[in-house]
Amino acid sequence: MYLLILAILIPFFVAALMPLIHKRLEPFHLGWFVLLVPLVLFALFVSQIPAISNGDTLIQTIHWIPSIGINFTAYLDGLGLIMALLITGMGSLVVLYSIYYLSPSDSFPHFYAYLLLFMGAMLGVVLSDNLIVLYVFWELTSISSFLLIAFWYHRKNSRYGAQKSLLITVFGGLGMLAGFLMLHGITGTFSIREIIAVMVQYTDHGLFYPAMFLILLGAFTKSAQFPFHIWLPDAMEAPTPVSAYLHSATMVKAGLYLVARFTPIFGGTASWFWTVTIVGLITLFWGAFCAVRQTDLKALLAYSTISQLGLIMSLLGLGSAALHFGDGEQGALYGLAIFAALFHLVNHSTFKGALFMVVGIIDHQVGTRDIRRLGGLMAALPITFTFAVIGSFSMAGLPFFNGFLSKEMFFASTVNAVGLPLFGVPTWGLLIPLIAWIASVFTFVYCMIFVFRTFFGTPQLKKVDRKPVEPTLGMLISPAILCVLIIGLFFAPNLLGDHLLKPALQGIIPDISGAAPQISAWHGVNIESLMTFGIIAVGTLLFLSLRRWIIIYRLQPAGWTFTAFYNAFLKGLKQTANWTTTHYMTGHLPAYFSYIFLFFIVVAGGTFVYTDALAIDFTNDSPISLYEALLTAVMAIAAISILFTKSHLSAILLNGVLGFSIAIFFVLFRAPDLALTQLVIETVTTVLFLLCFHFLPEWTTERSSKRIKVRNAVIAIGAGVTVTLIGLTVNSGPLFDSISSYFENSYELTGGDNIVNSILGDFRAFDTMLESLVLFIAGLGVYTLIRLKLGKGPEKDEHQ
Amino acid sequence: MNINDVILKTVSKAVVLIIFTFGIYLFFSGHNQPGGGFIGGLVIASAFVLMFLSYDSETVSDALPIDFKKLSALGVLLAMMSGVAPLFFGKAFLSQSFGYFDLPIFGKTELATVTIFEAGIALTVIGVVVNIILSISEDE
Repeated sequence: MYLLILAILIPFFVAALMPLIHKRLEPFHLGWFVLLVPLVLFALFVSQIPAISNGDTLIQTIHWIPSIGINFTAYLDGLGLIMALLITGMGSLVVLYSIYYLSPSDSFPHFYAYLLLFMGAMLGVVLSDNLIVLYVFWELTSISSFLLIAFWYHRKNSRYGAQKSLLITVFGGLGMLAGFLMLHGITGTFSIREIIAVMVQYTDHGLFYPAMFLILLGAFTKSAQFPFHIWLPDAMEAPTPVSAYLHSATMVKAGLYLVARFTPIFGGTASWFWTVTIVGLITLFWGAFCAVRQTDLKALLAYSTISQLGLIMSLLGLGSAALHFGDGEQGALYGLAIFAALFHLVNHSTFKGALFMVVGIIDHQVGTRDIRRLGGLMAALPITFTFAVIGSFSMAGLPFFNGFLSKEMFFASTVNAVGLPLFGVPTWGLLIPLIAWIASVFTFVYCMIFVFRTFFGTPQLKKVDRKPVEPTLGMLISPAILCVLIIGLFFAPNLLGDHLLKPALQGIIPDISGAAPQISAWHGVNIESLMTFGIIAVGTLLFLSLRRWIIIYRLQPAGWTFTAFYNAFLKGLKQTANWTTTHYMTGHLPAYFSYIFLFFIVVAGGTFVYTDALAIDFTNDSPISLYEALLTAVMAIAAISILFTKSHLSAILLNGVLGFSIAIFFVLFRAPDLALTQLVIETVTTVLFLLCFHFLPEWTTERSSKRIKVRNAVIAIGAGVTVTLIGLTVNSGPLFDSISSYFENSYELTGGDNIVNSILGDFRAFDTMLESLVLFIAGLGVYTLIRLKLGKGPEKDEHQ
Repeated sequence: MNINDVILKTVSKAVVLIIFTFGIYLFFSGHNQPGGGFIGGLVIASAFVLMFLSYDSETVSDALPIDFKKLSALGVLLAMMSGVAPLFFGKAFLSQSFGYFDLPIFGKTELATVTIFEAGIALTVIGVVVNIILSISEDE
């Protein structure tokens, strides 16, 4: 019934069960139980393939806050399906791999709970139709990624990497949320499908471009695009299965998914085309360029992931031109780029997943990932070597592996872009294939480094911790499956193309139905294949002469990196925060009161002046009765007397007089509920005061200079005047219709005669619920603060 | 405490019972008359406070082993849960319903789910108020 929504929620349920079941499963590894979740979900999504490839879509809704259009709507189309299959498929392989990878000293329930949390969040991102729900899941992926990167939290680098990734991705996510809200402001709906349907009318709306750039900010930070790529290498502090899963196959692709999903909304404009393409190309080049210099295998893979994400991003940018042309030959030509992007998305997950697992095996079996200490592992690890060759040759775009096919399509798309008669392309267009080609040469070089430096040459047994041997069979299953896929997709690419990529393409651009091509391995001697030959030739030369030109990396001054900038920014932030805090948190209560009241006078009084709202009108007021006048006099006398009392006790009692007088006011104005509440509250607070009274220090007159006294008096009078003015003005300016008629039918709607309680419990129950929550938190706060003072005992123990 | 102690203790035995009854009455009457979860909870809390004032807190704690921190947490949980429950019946978060039933002693009675929500509020209020007063008075 609610199959999709259930699929999203199942990982969360199982994650919540983790602490309960991990003891009961003792003889078995917890991973075997967890493995069931992605396997079942994968089977579920596979069963949807026939329907989706027929062009059907699935949509299921649970109402969440329908009054403001926020509903938990799960929507499955081709694009969502392909992502869901990646998430659950890679998830199964990674969980299987992790069973052999984790050491018994790791906390399994934590690890698998985080992993499942991530899986559910990721499914939520790719299957949500509602922007707000998508945002919630989006940030949940950041949080679960944070938890997983910091899994070995005793390491300083893990904590640093986790914080960095969280700060950067959440920063982008907040921007994205602002963009979403702007989209809602433009179209009046949170549903992505509805926005796509109506967006055509709003392309010249003032918020169109701000919304677009903010949403792109979210996508770029998540997908580690230049210059936000700096978090990804540091995220490699996570356990390797996590790197394989989150930081290469799924989470980083959320940004690509978002760009693909929003292409029908923003695509077809020059800004979108250029921003996405250029950022993608820069990332592609910079990632490949930096990967060559890395000495840690995982860092090398991290930079290569950045580069490949840039490749897919630039393809999505190039393909967005198809929206401009619509259903026609030109449209189909550029639609090919999006098709290539989707194809490479899948291919990248297969080969990068396999490569990360290979690095995990090397790390696990040899004890190091440092290229300088590795070499000659081919003899000791022949199976792992085979996987490494398959994975990296696919990544380099060599024939007989799936990476070759999508790389050729990438070249074809960049070459097509040169002739694009749009967006001012002809002048600069030639740069697009050129950058792509140069980046691919570097890609070839680092792929060769990965294989040859690790597995060839003389074994350096003295430099490694353990004598390398092939790992247990279980650790090899997952990369083996991925390697079979890599080769299988080369020989039967159209199986994937027809059943998954075509529907996904239709999910992005429904108009160009005929764009999805037949993928063929050999397409004759044309520009693309010539480019590939060039890459192999130049790349081999560069790899062989690596020692001669590697010095160019030293040209970059040491402090001139984005990471250095990030660190300096954080440091500055901390110092500024420290400085300001020490200057306004004086520990002096009157100072705090002055801040609060000054702020109040400026904001509330300022609004009065600014909006010219001050209008006092006594004509409609009801006459003042004798009781009211008397009560007011009593209250005024009590309030003024408090200022001049010399003892605590009389101050407390006078305060009580004030409170009870207000209660009598409520009685006079026929508000029994309020009167009752006020009476009880007043009683309880007076008791509370009397309790505190015992512990208060003696009442001493504060000695302060005349200047401070005058300042305090001015602030006090200002606050009083502002409040009085608000009270008088509010009464005279009926800005809104009275809402009391709205609640007239409270008996029919709620079965309650008491309107006040119907409002509290039925109409505005959300307020009441949150208020009780606030009360609870405040209570805990009071308790904790008081106990903290009491609890000096254990603190002393700690110091001893 | 000194001479007044005896009078206070004797009086509060009776008064506490009256306050409790009044509080519970307020709680249930809230749907149609002045009262409700918040006030009912406050009144009941004041009964507890009176008990703690007239006897020392240890005696009361022995007689009434209630952890007021947990009580307030339970209250918040109850209020939240009563909000989540309608979701399982395809209704919006926090939507309440009511109906009329023939009960053996009370005759035709109105039962409303909002009472559960109000009970959560009442428990929160009791827990928080008593907890705050207890922690302040025990702070020596």
